[in-house]
Amino acid sequence: MSYGIEHTAHKDYTGAKIGMWLFLFTEFFLFFGPVLLYTIYRFRYHAAFTASSHELDLAIGSINTAILLTSSLTMAVSISALQRDRTKLSLWMLAATFVLGVVFLINKYFEWTEKFSHGMYPGGEALAGGPPGQGVFYGLYFFLTGLHGLHVLAGITAIGVLAFMVLKKKVSAADHVRLENAGLYWHLVDVVWIYLFPIFYLVR
Amino acid sequence: MYENGEKHYIARYTTLVMVWVSLIGLTWLTVKISGIGFGTFSIIAPFLIASIKAFLVVDYFMHLKYERPFFKWILLVVLGTVIILAWLVYEDVAYRPL
Amino acid sequence: MSIRESYLESGPGSKLASWIFSTDHKRIGLLYLAVIMSLFFVGVTLGFLMRLELITRGPTIMEAQTYNSLFTLHGVIMLFIFIIPVTTSVFGNFMLPIMIGARDVAFPRLNLLSWWIFVAGTILAITTLILGPADTGWTFYAPYSLISGQYVALAVFAVFVLGLSSILTGINMVTTVHRLRAPGMTWHRLPLFVWAIYATAWILVIATPILGVNLLMIIAERFFGIGVFDPAKGGDPILYQHLFWIYSHPAVYVMILPSLGVIAEIIPVFSRKTVFGYKAIAYSSIGIAALGSLVWGHHMFVSGYSYTAGVIFSLFTFLVAIPSAVKVYNFVGTMYKGSIVVDTPFYFVLAFIYMFAVGGLTGVILGALSINIHLHDTYFVVAHFHYIKFGAAALGFFAALHYWFPKVFGRMYNRRFANWSLLIFFIGFNLLFLPMFVLGYEGMPRRYFDYLPQYANLQYLSIFGSWVLVIGIAMMFGNLIKGLFRGKPAPQNPWGAATLEWQVPSPPPKENFREIPEVKHNPYHFENVRRELD
Ligand code: HEM
Repeated sequence: MSYGIEHTAHKDYTGAKIGMWLFLFTEFFLFFGPVLLYTIYRFRYHAAFTASSHELDLAIGSINTAILLTSSLTMAVSISALQRDRTKLSLWMLAATFVLGVVFLINKYFEWTEKFSHGMYPGGEALAGGPPGQGVFYGLYFFLTGLHGLHVLAGITAIGVLAFMVLKKKVSAADHVRLENAGLYWHLVDVVWIYLFPIFYLVR
Repeated sequence: MYENGEKHYIARYTTLVMVWVSLIGLTWLTVKISGIGFGTFSIIAPFLIASIKAFLVVDYFMHLKYERPFFKWILLVVLGTVIILAWLVYEDVAYRPL
Repeated sequence: MSIRESYLESGPGSKLASWIFSTDHKRIGLLYLAVIMSLFFVGVTLGFLMRLELITRGPTIMEAQTYNSLFTLHGVIMLFIFIIPVTTSVFGNFMLPIMIGARDVAFPRLNLLSWWIFVAGTILAITTLILGPADTGWTFYAPYSLISGQYVALAVFAVFVLGLSSILTGINMVTTVHRLRAPGMTWHRLPLFVWAIYATAWILVIATPILGVNLLMIIAERFFGIGVFDPAKGGDPILYQHLFWIYSHPAVYVMILPSLGVIAEIIPVFSRKTVFGYKAIAYSSIGIAALGSLVWGHHMFVSGYSYTAGVIFSLFTFLVAIPSAVKVYNFVGTMYKGSIVVDTPFYFVLAFIYMFAVGGLTGVILGALSINIHLHDTYFVVAHFHYIKFGAAALGFFAALHYWFPKVFGRMYNRRFANWSLLIFFIGFNLLFLPMFVLGYEGMPRRYFDYLPQYANLQYLSIFGSWVLVIGIAMMFGNLIKGLFRGKPAPQNPWGAATLEWQVPSPPPKENFREIPEVKHNPYHFENVRRELD
């Protein structure tokens, strides 16, 4: 159902990409806000932030980083494969990306529940007595990783939809910009994590 | 299908895999050196490494390297904006009597 | 020329569906117009009631709590639903593609989606009106917004959703201007309105997400107490103000730039002369957009932030007056030695220039650090921003309505009546807001439902002005609505303008152009066009 005028069958590949990049920049600014707050509070509550970051599990954080980086690779390979008309490989790579995204979220889930069980969440008993900086650290931690988790969720949904479209030949070697745009989105999610990782786990 | 037969860049698998190897390597490095505690540098180093990683992802996985200049320009505008905004906010917090 | 189907005609099938699911940029423009104008009248009613409350001292028709909710809702509706989107979404959608010689925007379906998101945001905002409107002021300052018992989170979420719609519109406009210009439509042949929308769209893309995440943090604070802005938990409420104004000050330019673009379209047409300093006007749009993003701190002079920041922000504030003044000089320079035809849209322009000058100059006064401390949060500020946002930005939108009305609807309104309604609007407006400058200077604070006896006389004058103003608005829109149904059919190019939208029939056909035109001149080349009105 479309009530617009019939558009002639011309697709603006570059236009679609410009649109996507602009959207990625808005996502970038979305994360910029809380990260700016983080830099400020880091200086203000130096000791509390360092101590809190020691409480996070560096091993899980590193594994999750590796998972997301690998999923970025599979995504990029999937695009290359589709462009070369190797649909099957492309689909397998999309499936791998999807699974890696899910594993990332599962890890995150365990990480969060572990903190919750120790009462380390905003308003939890473990943080009530601590220095003010500790509360802010966990506030930012849950907000930013939560926001990022939502983006991962959106990303894997998009990947699922696109796998379906590739299967139905709606996205193909001849018309692949939608897969490329989904890939751009997925890589942005990865870039955001590349920065969240040192912010919460490494600067100790 | 696409108008005026624009050429699309198709990444080579080997390039992609090499980028991935470097990304994992950098991650290993940054984990190794964290918490060593060599002063200010231990704050700067992780972010430096993160920026190299982000650059690799943006340039190779996202193909920015092969895009037309316009895309690079907007990236510069965005980064410039971010730096100026942050600087102005720091002008406040750095000099505020607490 | 054979008659082609105009975009207003629907095929068989449901009429309503053919509008609300239309991906035609012209229909979407009108959809926005319908929603936004309804909400505008709600906002006017709220403003009118607030003024009425002050007709006697003490509670007259409402209690303090109600007054607080009213000014919050008035602010949210007028800013986020009316003035920020109005010109960009209505005329940016309707006119911009035609002006650059395109058949539609770059992403027509995304365009429809933004309208639906906008409607969702509007419905959320109205829901708070029924449940218990926020009482924080439209700024939602922490920490009060974290503890207020009203439905603050819902109101904040409404604004977030409206912002999402703005972002998508912004992305669409930027891409359209980059990709869909007709052959020969070089950057320096773009009509100035297109430049203005282009600059606006960039601000929307860059600044809106920062407001968005700030609002999300307020919501997270209210539900989970993440503590980033709550001083009781170690947060810093001044940082909320920073992030808020990083968006909300550039938003002022989102309101005014499209209107400046409209004025820049109208003046050359009625002076029958190419615009004076095309490049200066075009680039000053970009200059205003860029510099305007660096002055947000002048809203925070008394917040207790650092003195250094205050000095820097004060300096930038003075600087941003320069590109604004460049525009006004160019407008006047265009009229100079032109063969001016005085007609309704031109009267709007004259009123606009006066309002913009008053609003802009009082802004420079407020930008001075020391004076600001005296005037902060007084009626002086209220008067200042109504001059800019209502007197200038909204009036520029009304000017656009009167200028493009014959093109959009294919009918003409009663121009003589429109002139009278403008005069009454103008008198009412100044009666309402000029006294507020004096009141503010004498110390009347804003956001109070009550006042001391020495302010009574000027308050009466201002209240009387609000009645005149409402009559003016009613006349203006009554006239337009009458023209919509009973007006004489309008010719293709009533005013004798040279931009592309006047080279297609009124109202425009569905596909805009049968063939994409080739552009050979700058948009203000009046040699081959002539006015078709008597
Ligand atoms: C008939 C038209 C209008 C009237 C009578 C009116 C009147 C008022 C009044 C009485 C206040 C509250 C002053 C106070 O006590 O602090 C106010 C606030 C405000 N008005 Fe209007 N106004 C009108 C139109 C507009 C328009 C068109 C806009 C924007 C485009 C606008 C934007 C605002 C804003 C942003 C506030 C501040 C709200 C706050 O303090 O949070 N108003 N107006």
